[in-house]
Order: sequence, then C-alpha cells, then structure tokens
Amino acid sequence: MATNSALMGFVHRRRRGAELFLLVLALVVGIGAYAAVGLGVDGEVPANLIGYGGWLTLLVVAAHVAVRVVAPYADPVLLPVVAALNGLGLAVIHRVDLAKDTGLASQQLTWMTLGVALFVGTLVALPDHRLLARFTYTSGLAAIVLLVLPMVPGLGTSINGAKIWISLGPFSFQPGEVAKLLLVITFAGYLVVHRDALALAGRRVVFVDLPRGRDLGPILMMWVVSLGILVLQRDLGSSLLFFGLFLVMLYVATERPGWLVVGALLFFGGATAAYRLFGHVQSRVDIWLDPFADADGKGYQLVQALYGFAWGGLMGRGLGEGMPERVPYVESDFILAAIGEELGLTAVMAVLLLYGLVVERALRAALISRDGFGKLVATGLAAVFALQVFVVVGGVTRLIPLTGLTTPFLSYGGSSLVVNWVIIAILLRISDQARRPLPDLTPDAEDPDEQATQLVKVVPQR
Amino acid sequence: MNKPIRAVSIFCMFLFLALMANVTYVQFVKSGSYNEDPRNARVAEASYSRERGQILVGDAPVATSKPVDDRYKYLRVYPPEGARMFAPVTGYLQLGSQTGIERSQNAVLTGEDPQLFVTRLVDLLKGETAQGGNVVLTLDAAAQKAAFEGLRDTLGPRGEGSVVAIEPKTGRVLAMASYPSYDPNELASHDSAKASAAYQALDADEREPLLNRAIRTRLFPGSTFKLVTAAAAIEDDKFHAGDQVPAGASYQPPGTTHEIGNDGRGQCSPAKISFSTAMEWSCNTTFAQLAVEVGPERLRAQAEAFGFNSDYLRDLQGQVQSVYPTGVDIPESEGGGTRELSLAETAQTGIGQNTVQATPLQMAMVTAAIANQGTLMRPYLVEKVQTAGFNVLRTTEPEVFNEHAVSAQTAGELTQLLEATVEKGTASPAAIDGVKVAGKTGTAQRGDSLCSAGGKPPYAWFVSFAPTQDAEVAVAVMIEEAPDRACGEIAGGQLGGPIAKAVMEAVLKK
Repeated sequence: MATNSALMGFVHRRRRGAELFLLVLALVVGIGAYAAVGLGVDGEVPANLIGYGGWLTLLVVAAHVAVRVVAPYADPVLLPVVAALNGLGLAVIHRVDLAKDTGLASQQLTWMTLGVALFVGTLVALPDHRLLARFTYTSGLAAIVLLVLPMVPGLGTSINGAKIWISLGPFSFQPGEVAKLLLVITFAGYLVVHRDALALAGRRVVFVDLPRGRDLGPILMMWVVSLGILVLQRDLGSSLLFFGLFLVMLYVATERPGWLVVGALLFFGGATAAYRLFGHVQSRVDIWLDPFADADGKGYQLVQALYGFAWGGLMGRGLGEGMPERVPYVESDFILAAIGEELGLTAVMAVLLLYGLVVERALRAALISRDGFGKLVATGLAAVFALQVFVVVGGVTRLIPLTGLTTPFLSYGGSSLVVNWVIIAILLRISDQARRPLPDLTPDAEDPDEQATQLVKVVPQR
Repeated sequence: MNKPIRAVSIFCMFLFLALMANVTYVQFVKSGSYNEDPRNARVAEASYSRERGQILVGDAPVATSKPVDDRYKYLRVYPPEGARMFAPVTGYLQLGSQTGIERSQNAVLTGEDPQLFVTRLVDLLKGETAQGGNVVLTLDAAAQKAAFEGLRDTLGPRGEGSVVAIEPKTGRVLAMASYPSYDPNELASHDSAKASAAYQALDADEREPLLNRAIRTRLFPGSTFKLVTAAAAIEDDKFHAGDQVPAGASYQPPGTTHEIGNDGRGQCSPAKISFSTAMEWSCNTTFAQLAVEVGPERLRAQAEAFGFNSDYLRDLQGQVQSVYPTGVDIPESEGGGTRELSLAETAQTGIGQNTVQATPLQMAMVTAAIANQGTLMRPYLVEKVQTAGFNVLRTTEPEVFNEHAVSAQTAGELTQLLEATVEKGTASPAAIDGVKVAGKTGTAQRGDSLCSAGGKPPYAWFVSFAPTQDAEVAVAVMIEEAPDRACGEIAGGQLGGPIAKAVMEAVLKK
C-alpha cells in the first residue's frame, strides 16, 4: 500500500521552461537555415529575414503559450521537435524556390500558420481526448467519404498517376491526409469497445493464437479498403499506411500477435497479387530493383535523388551549393534528397532522429496514458507517423519501392502540414492528460488497470 | 496494453535503424561510385560551373574561364585570334563532355587532380572557391601560326590537311595543326541550343572540321616512307649513303606482272645510280628493290622501331596507330588466317603504298628520330602543370621512346641523303638561306591511275628537319585534299615544301 501511495504521489513536472528553451533552439535551426540559404545562394542574408523570423517566432510562441495555458502537463519535447522540422522544411523549400524561381515557401508559411491555428484550436476545443471517442463512427464514415471523394468525377484530380487529390476551385487538397487521422480515431473507438471479443475467442494453431473466423470481419473489411485504394487510386503508400496502422492498433488492443500473422499474410498476399495484376505496381518494383536500368526515363527521379544523396556525402555541399532542382518534386516527396545533398548524411541522421523522437514521445504518452482509448489513439498516431516516415524515406533512399507520401512537416503541401499539426495537438492533449495529477484519487484502488477503466467513466457524458 | 505498445516501440526502432543504415549506405558507402557514374550530370555540372584553369601557350592563354552571370557561372573562352588554330589541341568544353587537352587534362583544369590537393586545401581554409590548375603546352605559338596559316593559304578554302612539328631532342610537339578547323567558342556556348546546332553543323560537314587529322587521319605515306625503307637497308648493311643502288625505268617485283615506274623521272632510268640520286629524285624502282632486298620482316621491324603499330601519345586521346601490315588475310575459302607479305606486296610497301598508312604525327616522329641521331623521343604536348597562381607543380621530363630507332651512323647517312634532296632534288622548296635543311617529299597515289590518266588527286606529303646538325625542329606536312588546286599541281614538294619551310623558320628565328 505504501508503494502504491508513493506511486500515486508521484506528480509529473510541467517542464514548460524546458519546452521554451528547446523552442529557442528550434527557432535557431529554422531561422538560421533560412539565413544560410540566402547566404549560400545569393551571398547575402535574405532581405525579409526579420519579417520571416518574426513570423516564425510569433507562431512558435503562440503555440507555446497555448500549451502553457490549456495543456500545462503536456510533453515538452514534441512541440520543439516539430517546430524545428517545420522550420527546416521551410528553409529547404525556400532553397528550392530560389533554384526553380517559384514561391512555394511563402505558401508553405501560410499553411504553417493555418496549421498552428488549428493546433491551438484543437488544444482549446478538446479539453479531454476521450471526447473524440464519441465520434468513432462519424469519423469512420467521414474517412470513407474522404477516401472516395477523389474518385468522384469533376472533383478528383489525378496528379502523377495517383488519384488522391480533390480540387475545390483554386485549392487542391489531399483527403487521405485527413482520413488517416480520422481512421485512427475510428479504430481506437471501435477497438477499445470490442477488444475483449477480439482477444478472447479463437484457437491455437502451432504456437499462434488465431482469431475466430467471425471476428475476422473488420480486418477483412480494412484489407478490402486498403486494396481498393491501391487498385482504384493507384496509391501504394496510403494503402500500406492504412493497413499497417490497422494491424498495429488491432495488435495493441487485443495483445494477440496472431493478428499480425494473419494481417501480414493478407498484406503480402494482396501485394503479390497486385504485383502480378497491375502494371503500375510492377513498374514501381522494377524501378526499385534497378533504377539505373532506365536512368533517363522511369528511374530518373530516384536515380537523381540517389546521385543527390551521394553528392552530399557526409557533410553535404552546403546550402545553395548543390543542385537539388535536378530531382523532380524535390520540394514535396523528395525533400529529403535536397537535405541529403546540401546538408549531408549528418542532417539526414538528425532529421531521422527527430522523427524517431516524435514516435518515441507519442508511444511514451501511450504507455503512461491512463485510458485505453488514449493509449490506442497515441499508439495509432505514432504508428502512422513511423510508417509514413519509413515508407517515404525508405522509398526515396531505395530501401523499399517508392510510393507517394509526404515527408511529415518537411514536404511542401498544405493538407499534410495542417493535419500533422492537429495530430501533434492531439498527442499533446493525451500526454497532458496522462501526466496531469489525478483529480480525485481513490486510495484503495488496487489495480492500475482498474483505475484506467474507471477514468473512462469519469468523462462527462452529455 | 503496455506490452504490445513496447513491442510496437521496438518495431518502430527497427524501422528507423533500417532507414539510418540504408541512408548511410547510400551517402557514405556508395557515394563514391555514384559520384563517378558517367551518367551523373550533377557532378559534371558542378565541375562545369567551377573556375577552370587556363590552357597556356607560352604566356598567352588559349583557353580561359570567364565569369558570367548565368547558372553555370563560368564560360569557357578560347581567345578568338587563336581559337581555330589551337582547336585541334585544346579541344572544347561542354557540359559533361570535353575533347583534346580539355579532356585529357580535365582533372588538373578542374582542380580535382591529386597534385592540386594542397592548393585546394589552402583555398578551402581561406574560404575561397577552389580554382583549377593551369596547363602549359609545348606548342610554339609562331610555329603553330605558320602551320595553320600555311595550310589555310596553300590548300584553299576547301582543302584538308595537317602539320605536325616536333623538337627532335625532346619530343615536344611544337606545332599540331589540322585544317579545316572549328571555333571551339561556338561549341562551348552556354546556350545549349546554339552549341548543339553548331555541333550538328560541324559534325555534318563532310570535310570533318572536328577531326584532329594530325593524330586521327592515316593515309598512304607515299615516298616519305622511303626514309624507313632506306633506314632498313642501311641498318642491314645492304647499302650505304655513298653506294650505287639498283634503279631502272621500271621494276617488276617477283611474282607479279604489275610494274613499278618512276612517273617520268628520267634520273632514275639507269640500272645503277647513286643512293643520293635515288633519294633526290625519289626513285620508286630503287626503293621497291631495296624493300624486296631487306624483306617484309625487316622492313616491318624498322617501321615499328619508328613507332608504327603502336600507341605513343599520352596527352591527347584518340591517337590512331600508324600501320605497317603484320600480314595479309587469307580468304576463308582458302583456310583463313594470315600470311606474310609477298615480295610484290613488300615492294609496294617500300614506297609507302599497298596497306602502309601513317598519320602526320607518325611521319614527324620518323623525321625527328633521324634528326636526333636515331633516338626516338615520345611526343608530348603538356609542358607544365601550374597552380592557378602560376606556381609550377610539375614539368614533363622528356622520355625516350626508342633509344635506337636507327643507329647514329645510319641517322647520319640518312641526313646526308635528305640534305642532298633539299639541295638539288625534289625537296628544294624547303631550302632556307643560311641553314642546312634535310627533307623528303611524298606524293601518294590514290587508286590505280595518275592525274594525267584522269585519276583522283594524290595525297601530298612533306617531311623535313633543320638545321641538319643539332636539329631544332622536325616537320611533317600532310595534304589530303586541295580541290582548288589543279590535280597535277598537287605534289609534296610544291605544296608541302613551303609550309614546312615556314614552320621551320618560325622555330629557328627565335
């Protein structure tokens, strides 16, 4: 009892000062990189450095103040990490702008502003992440609608062969980015209710607990949806992302590795069939196996990216000294190639570590979260983030076949950036709830899991 | 749920480790091989955008990099007064490709050569962009000018020809001209449409202005090959400069009905004449008989001692081997394989016909070896490599290619014969007042008939060196086409002699 009360007596520190200090470092990265781009390309500090730096600082301070006020116990590392990534991304987009004579960086800054606004809005409007559990089925429906939208004639736009865009007047928008967040909420809400049924029934076949046939329904449906995306929208990346996400969440909810086995078999079965049946899948795989076979044609983008990485070497050519514009779409999917070329392996490692840190902090929030829904949402978001980084970075560096996904916080692209800021807001909310001292402690509670279950019921129900 | 979350953490960690390992592989392990991939235009563009070193002749640049305000930052400029003249040697620079010295000395000019490592390091520490090193050529500006302008003015606007001059003692190439030539500035233009249009036009031109004839064109050397035949005969002790040699109005080699004549030069008609007369009047009947006397193996060995059938030029890529046939193909129907030349064929090779072929550089080397007491030096074009600040990093040491192409004795006798040829024979157009000159003409028949019989105009050759004692320059002139000249006018002495003379004078005047 004594140990238990000691454990309960432990209160997480707020650590907002640490966050502020790390944010200053993040700003140094973002603004410093922007200045370095100007110095490297034009030989002088960009004329709008003060305005740009001021705006970036304002956004970061606004986000920090919002966290301080409405989520004081939130994780202190997440916000600085994403601020640094976003700042670096802006600087590199600005670098590509100068090479290509485009103005994407200022657009991206506008998107970042919207992203930070939604970040603050989410934190303010969502005092408790468990409120999201109410929208389990609504968000599931919304996700499916969003995924279907690009296939509606007149609304969907096919860019580079993937039908994953919708255009509304002058804006084009990638609904898949929003769908991934909605799907995490849906899965978490569904699984937290049905996990017992999924976990307890089933039989054991050679050391593996296989689930019951009828419980396979949802997983099969998700498999069909993923393959549908793959086939109808030609979007390998999202397909892999959604299915992987679902598998991870199912596994975490049921604690049964059997699901992973079933899911992996289904995935590889589907992928093999897709490879056999669809030309675009085959061509992606062929490029991956030997990009140099058609170095000036199909393999051009990947080959140029590899040359860029190689040209950068350990330390990089220096901002403004490379030729990132040789890689098609270097400002979006291939932005890491630009970083690799001009800032070197060192910076690529740093970026990967930052991503790793985001995943690690998200999973840590999941571990210490006191409710199943929070655990599942945090795990799901961490998995989405990790899978997305793996798929896009792995694709760009030829670890796996190339699929079209944005690099979170770095790539040019409004939908992705805004949604990622909202994801971070939800993660901060979950960690704030988890680290916050318990409001009313029942001193004779014996099983921490019991408490977690009780807390779900504390949610004000209206 | 914490146990699976921990498992997921470990899984994510492996994902990231895989990414890190892979990116290390790409950027560190494979970096070198990607950077050396010839398809990697990125590396090519980077070196193209760097301030490249100069190519110098004496103190004057013949290729230099000028800062410009476009994406490639530096434009390669070939000073217009010498651009066409030096083009066969300098070559030209384009994005991702170079020719000539621009190509062979690319590492020095871009500054990537290990010799420039220290300079590069100093530049880096001083925060300056690294500059490429300079390449100083062995060319003599006056000789090159005489050679190029001589070809241009003698051959007429539609002519084709080449001149090579060598310093016999060292192998330094003093002049290497090829006509027609091209303006490398047009090809080095940053306007890629303009550059490629210029290239297309030059490439389509049937006179092949892009071709460096000095090292790439091989033709029948005709009578200039008699130097080799005479050398073989003297080396073999068959005849000496003072001896009587067989001659005759015509000669029918063993095993053929085809007769070799002297194109109407009556001095060759007696059955025996002096070796000197035979050389002076370039008697085909004499040299065909000498060739038969020494035999194909011995004649081939002598030709090869002068550099036939081998590669010797390192400073430019694409030197073609001059040919003394190593055998004759036996038709498949008769069993295939090759056989040694017959005596009839040997007789033809002895006067530079049949399948003997030589480049202008090769004939200059034959001449230079005779001028240098029989020692053949390896020809070279790069005199010095300098830093961008003109500090000398390396000076090329002359290198012996063949110590005894002929003995000093043989070389002396040949010199005596060639001197007489200039004094009173066919090579008289090359005579210079107050200087003893040795020389030989060549007029190689193309096809079976002569001009007078309506045949194609011949190839005209001229080789010479001066002064005969302690020679400073050896020249070979080759005239491939001179359609603006009457067919009968095209002869080595008449057209080639004055050009060779001008080049020798340009070198000796200094």
